[in-house]
Amino acid sequence: MIKEKSAHRITQLFRKKNEDSKIMSLFLTAGYPDLESTVDLILGFEQNGTDMIELGMPFSDPLADGPTIQYSSNKAIESGITMDGIFEMVRGVRKQSEIPIILMGYVNPVMRYGVEDFCKEASDAGVDGLIIPDLPVEESGILEEKADHYELPIIYLVAPNTSDERMRLIDEKSEGFVYCVSVTGVTGARDGEEVSKSVARFIERVKQNITKNSTMVGFGIKSHEDAEKIARDMDGFIVGSALIETIRSNYPDEGWMDEVFAFVRGLKYGNN
Amino acid sequence: MATYDLPTKTGYFGKFGGKFVPEILIPALEELEEAYEAAWKDQDFLDEFKRLLKEYVGRPTELTYANRLTEHYGKARIYLKREDLCHTGAHKINNAIGQILLARRMGKERIIAETGAGQHGVATATACAKFGMKCIVYMGAEDMWRQKLNVDRMRLLGTEVRSVESGSKTLKDATNEAIRDWVTNVEDTFYIIGSVVGPHPYPKMVRNFHRVIGEETKYQLKEVEGKDPDYLLACVGGGSNAIGFFHPFIENESVRMYGLEAAGHGAETDKTAATLSIGSPGVLHGSLSYLLQSNEGQIHLAHSISAGLDYPGIGPEHSYLHDSKRVTYKAITDAQAMEGVKLLSELEGIIPALETAHAIAYLDELMPKTSEDEIVVINCSGRGDKDMGTIAEHL
Ligand SMILES: Cc1ncc(COP(=O)(O)O)c(C=O)c1O
Repeated sequence: MIKEKSAHRITQLFRKKNEDSKIMSLFLTAGYPDLESTVDLILGFEQNGTDMIELGMPFSDPLADGPTIQYSSNKAIESGITMDGIFEMVRGVRKQSEIPIILMGYVNPVMRYGVEDFCKEASDAGVDGLIIPDLPVEESGILEEKADHYELPIIYLVAPNTSDERMRLIDEKSEGFVYCVSVTGVTGARDGEEVSKSVARFIERVKQNITKNSTMVGFGIKSHEDAEKIARDMDGFIVGSALIETIRSNYPDEGWMDEVFAFVRGLKYGNN
Repeated sequence: MATYDLPTKTGYFGKFGGKFVPEILIPALEELEEAYEAAWKDQDFLDEFKRLLKEYVGRPTELTYANRLTEHYGKARIYLKREDLCHTGAHKINNAIGQILLARRMGKERIIAETGAGQHGVATATACAKFGMKCIVYMGAEDMWRQKLNVDRMRLLGTEVRSVESGSKTLKDATNEAIRDWVTNVEDTFYIIGSVVGPHPYPKMVRNFHRVIGEETKYQLKEVEGKDPDYLLACVGGGSNAIGFFHPFIENESVRMYGLEAAGHGAETDKTAATLSIGSPGVLHGSLSYLLQSNEGQIHLAHSISAGLDYPGIGPEHSYLHDSKRVTYKAITDAQAMEGVKLLSELEGIIPALETAHAIAYLDELMPKTSEDEIVVINCSGRGDKDMGTIAEHL
């Protein structure tokens, strides 16, 4: 079987992006708030303006995550999420949607599943890329070759303290886009001022050094206004914790999903 | 094993080790690696480290002939390497002093640490008091309760102890919190890791700060017995006391080494911390090593009666030494460890830490296989005062 390179969906997305709007990617923990909702949430996110999905593979010890994503990961593990269950969710979305889906998670569950089997299954299910925050380029050897074989792009991260030289190396290695972590810290929604203050100089350097790939900025964004400011010179932005918090504060009230979708529309288009 | 020169430049012991951390920590690890390598070649640094080990820690620690324990088994002669005589009561202080000196050299003023038994926390708090540095220690809520004495000691020393309520409320989760703190405050913070775990260069650096244990044992035993030991026994949590003790003997193949890990209620039960006995390779807290994990790669909660061994991972070098069969790792249950505490207390007048008791307990299995002209040395990694609450409950 000759497979279309999965990066296709991501590449197309950035190619088609219109000049003055930003790509919006949402992070959702697979299996949160319950196993049944993940597919419906993703489809609903798309209908409400989301361009790309980062689907979190829950891990018991998410050391780069703040309390919000820790919480959603634990809930998903308690409810019995498995790697095969996650692939099933992606297949479920693929029946109805071509939205780019990136799996994001820690390296241990991937290794445990078997790197080769993982890449094969992910690719078959219709996954478009991988983000593994505890796999810096130094260690990427354990994943790269298999991911390449199954045509799964790996998206690497840069942080404000990443040197110029390293940014260029990461740009070289990354495929699809480069994930720009806007704060030194763990995931979690923050005061907009705090993020935009620290981010200006960083974005300057990103623009100079990341030339091959598109750029997405994430960590700490919680509103359309934050996104406008922080992602001004980027191709798009990523929201995770603020979305999870919105789910958490509405679930399982009647109509919780509609509340969440309203939040998503607000993120993309603003509230007025 | 002729010459042994691990880890590699990238921090690997065979397939184990590495640097599995978020991008934000990579510059910090590079900075640390550079500072450590330079310090380890700098005679002034080494002299100061040595001076502090002597004047402040109380090194060299004694090598005590255990005559009644020897008589009890009637086989090989048993010696005790007395890390329990170190200032603060355990080997952990060697490493805390080493890393504090490094932190000062690097101009870092905020120190963080994680602790299980509290011994590493106390050692770090002590070193911080000695050098007037700000110190925050993360400790699982469960461990804070089990090791109350050490929590009080840390506070008296001016350290802030932060209770960790997530997950198992033990060392694993305290370590997650410490790493999160480090990710957030990486510019001004030095993370003093308490065992030979974590990303490169920690396993190498911590091992080298503890090598003094084995080096002293070597020359002390040469003096009284004129030869190297036949058997070395040490308990293994993360594995720092064991690796420091074993390391200078690794190239001498006639020295048989045993690492004793905590079986808890039994290695085959779900209340265990016997990582090498029943675990499988994976990544936790920055390095690839054996782990207790589920089929889905979720980390299992470990259990041991001793807080210092209650960890689902182990240092990568131990994983390598296990796979290469240079060191034999055995699991000792909570109940056996309690017997070990009683044995050493009654026969030698030394109340060992519950961690150390795992090594003592292995004598029951080992000693019948030894002969009278052989020598066994046990690393007494710490004293039992901190465990008196737990010990009293089980007497
Ligand atoms: C007295 C004592 N021995 C042993 C250990 C286990 O640690 P490691 O295996 O790193 O020496 C600890 C840990 O806290 C300890 O306090």
